[in-house]
Amino acid sequence: MMENEILTLVTFFPTIGVLLLLLVPGDRHDSLRSVSLIIAFITMLFSFLLWAMFDPVANGMQFEVNVPWITSLGISYHVGIDGISLLLILLTTILSVLCILSAWRSIATGVKGFLISILLLETGMIGVFCALDLFLFYVFWEVMLIPMYFLIGVWGGPRKVYAAIKFVLFTMFGSLLMLVAILFMLFEYQKYSGEYSFDLLKIMQMPFAYHAQLWLFAAFGLAFAIKVPLWPFHTWLPDAHVEAPTAASVILAGVLLKMGTYGFIRICLPMFPEATVTFLPYICVLSLIAIIYGALVAMVQKDVKSLVAFSSVSHMGFIMLGMFALNTQGMEGAVLQMINHGISTGALFLIVGMLYERRHTRLIAEFGGIAKVMPFYAAVFMIVTLSSIGLPLTNGFVGEFLILIGVFKFNTVYGIVAASGVVLSACYMLWMFQRVVFGKVTKSENEKLKDVSWRERMVLIPLVVLIFWIGIYPKPFLDRIEPAVKQVLERVSRAKTVEAERRFQIETELPAREAGSVGATGHVAGGENLCWK
Amino acid sequence: MSEYLFLVPILPLAGFLINGLLLGRLPRPVVSFVACVPVGLSFLLSVLLFFGLKGLPPDARVLEQVLFPWISSGFLLVNVGFLLDPLSAVMILVVSGVGFVIHLYSIGYMHHDPCFGRYFAYLNLFMFSMLTLVLADNFLFMFVGWEGVGLCSYLLIGFWFEKKSASDAGKKAFIVNRIGDFGFLIGMFIIFWQVGSLDFRVVMEAAPTMFVAGGALITAACILLFMGAIGKSAQIPLYVWLPDAMEGPTPVSALIHAATMVTAGVYMIARSNVLYLLAPDALLVVAIVGALTAIFAATIGLAQNDIKRVLAYSTVSQLGYMFLACGVAAFGAGIFHLMTHAFFKALLFLAAGSVIHAMSGEQDMRKMGGLRRHVPVTYITMLIAALTIVGIPGLSGFFSKDEILWKAFSSPYGHPVLWALGFVTAGLTAFYMFRLIYLTFHGKGRMDADTRKHLHESPKSMTVPLMVLALLSIVGGWIGMPHLFGVTNYFEQWMAPVMSGAGHDAVSHALAAGGGDTGMEVGLMTATVILVLVAILAARKLYGQTPELSTRLREKTPHLHRLLFNKYYVDEIYGAVIVRPLVNMSIFLWKIVDVLIIDGLINGFATLYNDISQTLRAGQTGRVRSYATVFVAGVVALVAYFLLG
Repeated sequence: MMENEILTLVTFFPTIGVLLLLLVPGDRHDSLRSVSLIIAFITMLFSFLLWAMFDPVANGMQFEVNVPWITSLGISYHVGIDGISLLLILLTTILSVLCILSAWRSIATGVKGFLISILLLETGMIGVFCALDLFLFYVFWEVMLIPMYFLIGVWGGPRKVYAAIKFVLFTMFGSLLMLVAILFMLFEYQKYSGEYSFDLLKIMQMPFAYHAQLWLFAAFGLAFAIKVPLWPFHTWLPDAHVEAPTAASVILAGVLLKMGTYGFIRICLPMFPEATVTFLPYICVLSLIAIIYGALVAMVQKDVKSLVAFSSVSHMGFIMLGMFALNTQGMEGAVLQMINHGISTGALFLIVGMLYERRHTRLIAEFGGIAKVMPFYAAVFMIVTLSSIGLPLTNGFVGEFLILIGVFKFNTVYGIVAASGVVLSACYMLWMFQRVVFGKVTKSENEKLKDVSWRERMVLIPLVVLIFWIGIYPKPFLDRIEPAVKQVLERVSRAKTVEAERRFQIETELPAREAGSVGATGHVAGGENLCWK
Repeated sequence: MSEYLFLVPILPLAGFLINGLLLGRLPRPVVSFVACVPVGLSFLLSVLLFFGLKGLPPDARVLEQVLFPWISSGFLLVNVGFLLDPLSAVMILVVSGVGFVIHLYSIGYMHHDPCFGRYFAYLNLFMFSMLTLVLADNFLFMFVGWEGVGLCSYLLIGFWFEKKSASDAGKKAFIVNRIGDFGFLIGMFIIFWQVGSLDFRVVMEAAPTMFVAGGALITAACILLFMGAIGKSAQIPLYVWLPDAMEGPTPVSALIHAATMVTAGVYMIARSNVLYLLAPDALLVVAIVGALTAIFAATIGLAQNDIKRVLAYSTVSQLGYMFLACGVAAFGAGIFHLMTHAFFKALLFLAAGSVIHAMSGEQDMRKMGGLRRHVPVTYITMLIAALTIVGIPGLSGFFSKDEILWKAFSSPYGHPVLWALGFVTAGLTAFYMFRLIYLTFHGKGRMDADTRKHLHESPKSMTVPLMVLALLSIVGGWIGMPHLFGVTNYFEQWMAPVMSGAGHDAVSHALAAGGGDTGMEVGLMTATVILVLVAILAARKLYGQTPELSTRLREKTPHLHRLLFNKYYVDEIYGAVIVRPLVNMSIFLWKIVDVLIIDGLINGFATLYNDISQTLRAGQTGRVRSYATVFVAGVVALVAYFLLG
């Protein structure tokens, strides 16, 4: 009974909250906060129910609902989730609760608008992860944009307008290309089957011509790459993060960036497998640049938030690389790392926000000796820092290890370059940590800082628990990811074989002596084997 | 019995959790009780397990316990599992035993510190990590302990985090270790993709068939694993963090940076002995790095004035010996020296701690002197440790070092040059050790009056551990006497099941065939002892009897002295060649590539768009007459086009 409604309930429950908030007078700040906290909390409970009802071994989409919406264009309300979306939905609902809790005191003006934006954003994010209809996907995708624009533009820092417009223009640029691609697919599908449909699963059954795939991959890929953000499309991110209020930064880093990687794994890879194989080397190189470049630039940042922003560029590079390694370990690691990055970087932004609330600055040089005055804070900061570095028994290690071992199998050189990012991440994180937390208290403003309050503990502790849970016993998560990843890989590996044959044919047309030598190495093995390449 | 195996590391973890979660809320006696009892229990359990293992026939001495699957993805499956065999049994005995003694010592040493609870929490976390490291049944779970001890080292070096030099040293240790771990990870990847498992027993069994002996792949894997060991065990070129690590409390230096953690690399190589025997080139690299580190660090030790720094370089040098042993395929000898070194080096550090305690925190030996009358127990025990490390016959260090030197000479993987490096190092060791003893305990006191007034022997809680370790330093070597003395080498016998297989058989055959030369063995041994005695006498002459001589010597060779005193300027070179260029490049990437080029391009588009709009705006005058004019002109043009075209 519940099976059919639960996804819709999770998606739109925050919207119900928005309607409720509209009824509360704008000056009743605490009631506004309580109402939205309760709404977000119930949404989270629904998502826990989703986890409980989810069948970890089943293949394909679960909780599917398919209701015609605009029949003349073949648009339907088609939703459903697999393990990847399940985990991302959980991440979204948990972070939303923590965000509302974290903004309890820091947002004092325009409380109503702020909370409405957060809840609307939550619906948009969950919607993107559920949508199985491209039109629906696009609608939710755009729905996210508007609240985020307001969150940065209204409640942001000194350069908020520049940052907000930059964020919107970048994203819009990408999503327009995506819209064109979606429409192209609609007409192609009409030619193929005689009916209009935006249905992802249906369109997936249709083979696209190789050339069409290239263009489609490029259009979707650009939209997603901007969102990830992949180097060199990343420059909106540091600006947006530095200017955004804490809650918006948490959502932005925690969930919005994952929209990009999610798009790749949900649309680009399974729908355009041949194009994936073609674009693969370019994306891998850009990811490697992101890993190293992000880490190096992060090292010399003076503002903690922009340091964390650049570290995100580096971490997202890892996720992209793992995904495009196109093997089980790499891709499972990438999906797990999406969750991990949401937890760790979300926690980092919350932590930085707490310091900002007390001191109204985020410059590293303004701090030092925080461990002396705020010991609990320092301990949590340490744990989160270690998780971001990827220390064993924290969540970051499991994801990073799987990604690296997968990438190493896929390409030894890529694996080695990526692994060096592990050293760099220790450099920039520990250096920052040392300058903020260790040392003597040199600034008199820092002498009387209060350690975290109970409300702030409520925000931090769940994340710390998740950090260790995924670090010590990741099995429940990996089990749910595995079937979904397998399906994507099956689709792509078929393309890999086709590509290999295509190359082989070209090579056999070459003079015989050349063909012999190149043909042997040109063959790309599909799936896993034990042999060393 | 194996079902209790997991308790060995878990007990200290429980101590850590209690002290860590209730930080600052427990009174000191409770904190020390909560911290020390689990470690003591771990030690007792280790003893029981040891005897349990001993009760089994040699070939069956393996206990395994798998708790739960940790990471599984595709056919990759890594368990949280523990493995007890003769090698790990020795390791847990040493780690929990020495660890327990140092826990007790710490109660007295850290008594005045306001962060007593935090200290013991970290120390327990370290015990957990180290015991996990040595008990893990696969490479990846071992890596948990491997990184875990690194973390604890970072936390404890920077324990007094308000001191910049302390937090700098902690950070340096972590990052340098990470460089090594990078190699370790890649080595692990090679092994996994070749063998399909990371489980020690599976890997060791399958390696001879899955790898081409002497091939590039196994050589690369072994050298990469060794890179991890270089970082953790402070060998050239990644040793630079260990001397700085002396910023931590002295018991930490004794436990982590001398007796246990830094020996993890040696343990790891002994654990992977099957792999290394498949890669003779990698063995040669291990031997060369070990021998060079041994002599290099010993020369630096000659010119240091900080009592702990001398001991730190001595540790680096002794670790070099252990790698030299591994590199000549005498893994058992390496582990033997690891054990005896744990006793005497822990003792040296704890005694140095007692000296520092007596000297009100002073560590500069130039301000000491004549302390033997004030701290007699410390003096006697430290003297015993010094005699042990230099290798006076009968003491534990003599047997373990002699075995290494003999194997370096006689093993099929050995070479006279390797032996010679070790031989010279033995002389240098004796010299700097007795320079330390004479500067600290003999001659006239050079401290100020205030310090002199406060000179006192340490409390019982500190001196008793010294005596226990002194006893171990004396007798610890008797289980591994050379065959030459006509007794059984119990240690070698005990380790035999771990060091078995085709590679080892070849080594022992070669040793039996060519190395049965007892005359040579006695000769080399005697030469070493004579060299050591001469070096001690030289130190006595220079620093005990006529201190002016040492000043003159220093003045005669100012460049050499400065070079040694400044540790060959290696830190400065690393700073200039690696750190500064990296930071400069990062600033370039940020300011130029990111802000100027990429963002400039994007903002340029925005500006361009704006400029075009501004230009076109000129047409939007708002005057109806000009719009009408354009409209009429357009109509005329269209009509003309259709009529004429």
